[in-house]
Amino acid sequence: MSARDRFDVIGKARRRVDGRAKVTGHTRFADDIVLPRMVHAKILRSPHPHARIISIDTSRAAAAPGVHLVLTGRDFPVTFGILPVSLDEYPLAPERVRYVGDPVAAVVARDEQTATGALDLIDVEYEVLPTIATPEEALARPDVRIHDYNDHGNIHRNQAFEFGDVDAALAASDHVFEDVFFFEGNTHLPIEQHAAVGAVDGEGKLTLWSSTQVPHYVQRQMARVLAVPDAHIRIIACPNGGGFGGKTDICNHEAVVLKAAQMLGRPVKICLNREEVFYLHRGRHPVLMKFRTGVANDGSITGMHLQTLLDGGAYGSYGAASTFYTGALQTVTYEIPRYKFEACRMFTNKPACGPKRGHGTPQPRFGQEIQLDKIAEKLHIDPAELRLKIVAKPDTLTANWMRIGTIGLAECIRQVVARSDWTAKHRKLPSGRGVGIACGAYMCGAGLPIYWNRMPHSGVQLLLDRSGQVTVFCGATEIGQGSDDVLAGIVAEVLGIDPYDVRCVTGDTGLTPIDLGSYSSRVTVMMGNAAIQAGERVKAQLAAAVAAELDSIPGRIVFAKGRAFVADDPNKSLSFREAVVAAEVKFGTIGAVGSYSPPKPPARYKGGGVGPSPAYSYTACVVEVDVDAATGWIHVPKIWIAHDIGRALNPVLARGQVEGSVYMGLGEALMEEQVFRRLPPKLSHALVHKMPSMLEYKSPTSLDMPEIDTILVEDPDPNCPFGAKEVGQGPLLPVMPALANAIWDAVGVRIDELPITPEKVLRALALKAEGKTPRVGPASFPDVPYPDPMIVPPPWEGGDGNAVDAPPRRTARPKEPATP
Amino acid sequence: MDDTGSKVGMQRNVQMVLRVNGEDCDVSFAPYKTLLEVLREDLDLTGTKHGCELGECGACAVQVDGAPVLSCIVLAVECEGAEIETVEGLARGATLHPLQAAFADLGGAQCGYCTPGILMTAKALLDAEPDPSRERIREAISGNLCRCTGYQQICESIEAAACEMRAEGSDAKVNSRGKA
Repeated sequence: MSARDRFDVIGKARRRVDGRAKVTGHTRFADDIVLPRMVHAKILRSPHPHARIISIDTSRAAAAPGVHLVLTGRDFPVTFGILPVSLDEYPLAPERVRYVGDPVAAVVARDEQTATGALDLIDVEYEVLPTIATPEEALARPDVRIHDYNDHGNIHRNQAFEFGDVDAALAASDHVFEDVFFFEGNTHLPIEQHAAVGAVDGEGKLTLWSSTQVPHYVQRQMARVLAVPDAHIRIIACPNGGGFGGKTDICNHEAVVLKAAQMLGRPVKICLNREEVFYLHRGRHPVLMKFRTGVANDGSITGMHLQTLLDGGAYGSYGAASTFYTGALQTVTYEIPRYKFEACRMFTNKPACGPKRGHGTPQPRFGQEIQLDKIAEKLHIDPAELRLKIVAKPDTLTANWMRIGTIGLAECIRQVVARSDWTAKHRKLPSGRGVGIACGAYMCGAGLPIYWNRMPHSGVQLLLDRSGQVTVFCGATEIGQGSDDVLAGIVAEVLGIDPYDVRCVTGDTGLTPIDLGSYSSRVTVMMGNAAIQAGERVKAQLAAAVAAELDSIPGRIVFAKGRAFVADDPNKSLSFREAVVAAEVKFGTIGAVGSYSPPKPPARYKGGGVGPSPAYSYTACVVEVDVDAATGWIHVPKIWIAHDIGRALNPVLARGQVEGSVYMGLGEALMEEQVFRRLPPKLSHALVHKMPSMLEYKSPTSLDMPEIDTILVEDPDPNCPFGAKEVGQGPLLPVMPALANAIWDAVGVRIDELPITPEKVLRALALKAEGKTPRVGPASFPDVPYPDPMIVPPPWEGGDGNAVDAPPRRTARPKEPATP
Repeated sequence: MDDTGSKVGMQRNVQMVLRVNGEDCDVSFAPYKTLLEVLREDLDLTGTKHGCELGECGACAVQVDGAPVLSCIVLAVECEGAEIETVEGLARGATLHPLQAAFADLGGAQCGYCTPGILMTAKALLDAEPDPSRERIREAISGNLCRCTGYQQICESIEAAACEMRAEGSDAKVNSRGKA
């Protein structure tokens, strides 16, 4: 981090560097790519949630006019997967389909219409298999196996950790609170449907343009699936028309068009339709959770036992990481001296779940923040005061060995309390109106990559020439969050030039140094630090040359406003272009690279690789609601949200990320759900998506959005570029529980599951009127066969970060992934 | 290719002149094609986007005779003789339309995918109502889904553009009076 606190670019509200392209229609998304001789692919998908493929006859389709190629599972003998522990998907299913929408065959034809028509000419004979609809059913029917690579029945991942004796802590507590919550699954719904174009270049090498957030991982998996050297495959991540995690997995259609292009020797494009995007999914896991929390009379937490059960859908996807994430970050917000965490992910016959904004952490955050509200109520402590009392301390380790650096949460709480006039409102508004508060935390990039390696997580290259041109290359991907703007802004600040004079070349594995991708809120911190390093290296070359020209010393040369000055004699200066010319004369071609690796995590136990981060961001949120007791209708007039961002690099974009998170969180809180239903037995009994369309999958419109008061709390973090933490995901987390808590304040009912619909509010109000517990939510938590926990003493109980009785590990080398 | 209409399921292309962004475009396309498809595929105007192709998301909005229209549920053959305006026609040379400038400056565009549709919807609003309230703006764009912004910066961008356009309008009046 720079020691400076006065900046020319950083912190200034300005037009993003790619703003002009976005408002003129110039931004080229994947489906906007048109190439000579290009043909079009469509995919045939399974109509059954679980079936064996007996036979596929493609002869009629292959003979249809205009059809160039028909592909089936026979063309793809090798599996893929985003995580090395679950390489369980085929581009096209060879013998088994596992959800309605699972790809079975593909047609490539002269146009989309012809390809779509030919799908009807493919004859597939299926043997329908019993279907697993829920995690509970998956536990009860281990005989119906969806996969056979996992150890038991339909349990995909199953793990348990205990950091200190939680049962003893709870037994010694003044109070023990036990609550069960459910968070329904939902999907990203990016407005851009996934698209990809595969092509063969003049040298016979492959290029794939795709709406992906992770070109580097796509390159690795395409090489695997097509058995082509990585270096012969170039992945170009087009700017994404929204990602939110929905474009972080390897997609079947990417392999299909690349293989087809390879076979046909001409470009092949695919664009999924909206229904297919719902099937591709990889969205928020439905999670059932149980919290047992010990609390002292003063509100401090003595220990927490969290159990989670995830509905993973039909494939692994990021699920191994998601499972860890339902518990790993629970400790970085409040002081929790002892912590036990058990998590289990089940396979079901539905589209695979994966990472959506917040990846695995919004679900337990929802439960914990509602439970805190219940604790505050019982102990007669103001919920904001309670949180201020138990906020985690800076520069500490948590019970599960996560290292907390800076933490601005207390200031966030104070800000939203003051701005919302909380004290005058909470428990004081007329019936039907209420306020609720909740907090959250998120990481600024995962501490470990998703496949084990010791190389940097992000690389940046700078190239300057005598024209004064500055080009910056980085594998990071622009998904709307402002990745390119962060990159150009940082380079411009370091070199003292205008960000609009920096050309960004990003997300292209053929040209750019590797960056692991736009996920886990990692880009600002990791790419940013790499960019600073590259910039400083170039600056040193320029300074040496300028000093020689101006008869000074390099340490005195300052770069600002497009010029290089001698610090104590500003009359002596060169233009930036002259400085580059001087440097090119002195050193030859001017360029530099920078790279970034996160700090080594203190956790040394197996599983401790998920959750560490260079820094954590924190958020506090107050939601105000109006609840109509006659209809259950929930109106949200205003939301106050304060985010500990470290430093806002471009406040316009930072605020946009916060407001976008609030929006998406509000959608999850009130209406969004990816749910399924069984067709009647006479109609195959299949498990189908209830509403795979944008009209039926409700998301908030402009009319549904409240006024949002956004507060950026700036306390620069030393691990972050210019102190800047993440802002893309963290602000989503507190919105859902704050809304649930506001409903309690408004009408005195607890809705312990999402989404919170008018129907559930009415049901709870009816229970209240009958004198019953005014609560709607899951009644119980099933008996999940968790393994014996790995015992890891917390730092203050003599631990060293290793598990007890585990062989000491000389280097932290967990095989399990660490991701979004 | 051999698309002459002789095969089963093939239909002859229609030939017509579509007036797009003030230009007459002679174009030949299959008669089942939507305006969206003809704009993107036959006229290379890929600035107009699609998010559902069912009239649900608003990403494909263009102006037809001044009104915002979802181009994914309009047949191109219906648009003969109409004035079609797309995002490519908004800027005057290198000068951005005030709506474009405001969206770029104030966070109205994040990923930029819903942006062309919202710009065209907002332009239709401001052409008809130069000084709309926040409520009117929210109502006007309620058929355009945006998953990035939460709509607040979009509304602010439209308000800023409206302000700018009103100022330009009064300047223009002053100028024309001055000339007279």
